[in-house]
Amino acid sequence: MVKRQTTLVKDRTALSNKKIRVLVAKPGLDGHDRGAKVVARALRDAGMEVIYTGLRQTPEMIAEAALQEDVDVVGLSILSGAHMALAPRIMDLLKANGQTHVKVFIGGIVPDEDIPRLMEMGITGIYGPGASTEDIIKDIKNAVK
Amino acid sequence: MISLAETVLRGDRLALARLLTQVENDTAEGRAALDALFPHTGKAHLIGVTGAPGTGKSSLVNQLALHFRKEGKRVAIAAVDPSSPFTGGAVLGDRVRMKDLSGDHGVFIRSMASRGSIGGLAQATASIVQVFDAAGYEIIMIETVGAGQSEVDIAKLAHTTLVVEAPGLGDDIQAIKAGILEIADIIVVNKADRPGVENTEKALKSMLDLAHPTQRVFAHHGQYMSAVLPAEAENNIWIPPLQRTIATDGEGIDELAQHIVEHGEYLHLSGDWAVRERARLESELEATLQSVLMNQFRSRVSEDQFNKVMDQVFERILSPSEAVEALLNGRPK
Repeated sequence: MVKRQTTLVKDRTALSNKKIRVLVAKPGLDGHDRGAKVVARALRDAGMEVIYTGLRQTPEMIAEAALQEDVDVVGLSILSGAHMALAPRIMDLLKANGQTHVKVFIGGIVPDEDIPRLMEMGITGIYGPGASTEDIIKDIKNAVK
Repeated sequence: MISLAETVLRGDRLALARLLTQVENDTAEGRAALDALFPHTGKAHLIGVTGAPGTGKSSLVNQLALHFRKEGKRVAIAAVDPSSPFTGGAVLGDRVRMKDLSGDHGVFIRSMASRGSIGGLAQATASIVQVFDAAGYEIIMIETVGAGQSEVDIAKLAHTTLVVEAPGLGDDIQAIKAGILEIADIIVVNKADRPGVENTEKALKSMLDLAHPTQRVFAHHGQYMSAVLPAEAENNIWIPPLQRTIATDGEGIDELAQHIVEHGEYLHLSGDWAVRERARLESELEATLQSVLMNQFRSRVSEDQFNKVMDQVFERILSPSEAVEALLNGRPK
């Protein structure tokens, strides 16, 4: 858990500095978004701006939202087992839109044997059950530096 | 090299998205592009959508955008949600209700965090809207943070302000208080399928009967200045219509859109459009002046100096206004 900050941000400049913008999206058909919400909240508490899109997004919808929001990071929550179909499609669309700099992370249920292939496609990080939000935050901060 | 502003004018959506980030972060590149785009602004109809959290603002914006798209108009949406006052982070969730708009390249949605502003908008919202305007979006909807009673900045930015209410949120005393209802050009009673809608409507209607606005009033330097209307407009006063809607299934949306169009026509006929444009640009000029002066001050006064004076305020040696004096004259007591 991230330690909750209890002092107000000092002034407006601290609030208007460049923020890490993250799109948290749930592609595919499974309806479990608890994990995505926990991550969204943790990233918020780490000072990031999280754009949350809700359930049942198509790869096209996700790529379009990533473009309009000019995000640095896309976080995909996939629990349905369809990651080998969804992830490459999203990577292709981001590329087609000229957003090659966007780092993509996956959280959910991903069998170990799929991980090397996903990393090859250019996925930056993959997190299964029990992953700590602290690790996710640290990895995102390192990736967008 | 082609500038970012030129690429945006050519309709490049990625360039537009990147410029919005530059503008939001108030970078030198963003400011230069705003300067270059400014002559291209002033064409769009700016529609503000405000109201308490959970009244259905995002769903209404979604439906209105669908409606205007059917008429072939290009629509941009700036949706503001609050930043955490503790960490500066934010969860921006307005897109959740705007899924119907995905896949249509005639719609551009941008979520914004308020980043410490308290008037219901972010500091950069007006500039973001200018970029959309220059990029050729004819309808620009600005959705405020869930507003309480006094987040009324939107009225200075938008040509037409929609205040969204829902049944069960307050009685007729709420309706006659100053603040958010006063800025409504159109009042929307959303979730009209909920019980209590008649009471809500009755309370709002009685408020409207009491109001009878005879002139537009803008706050300026903390004082209220009335804008003088052309003589021919005097008999042509806009009384905010009240529209029931059910945003989840689109009921009342055509009528609401009709009110918006009529309000736009009224503004042009009465001369109020120009009055509002001037007031908006004036408040923007002031805001820019303020932030430039603040930055100049910051670059002149060191952190050390500031903290020294701050210590004296904390010890009750200096009052805040004496501290300002000391900081501006550069010598703490």
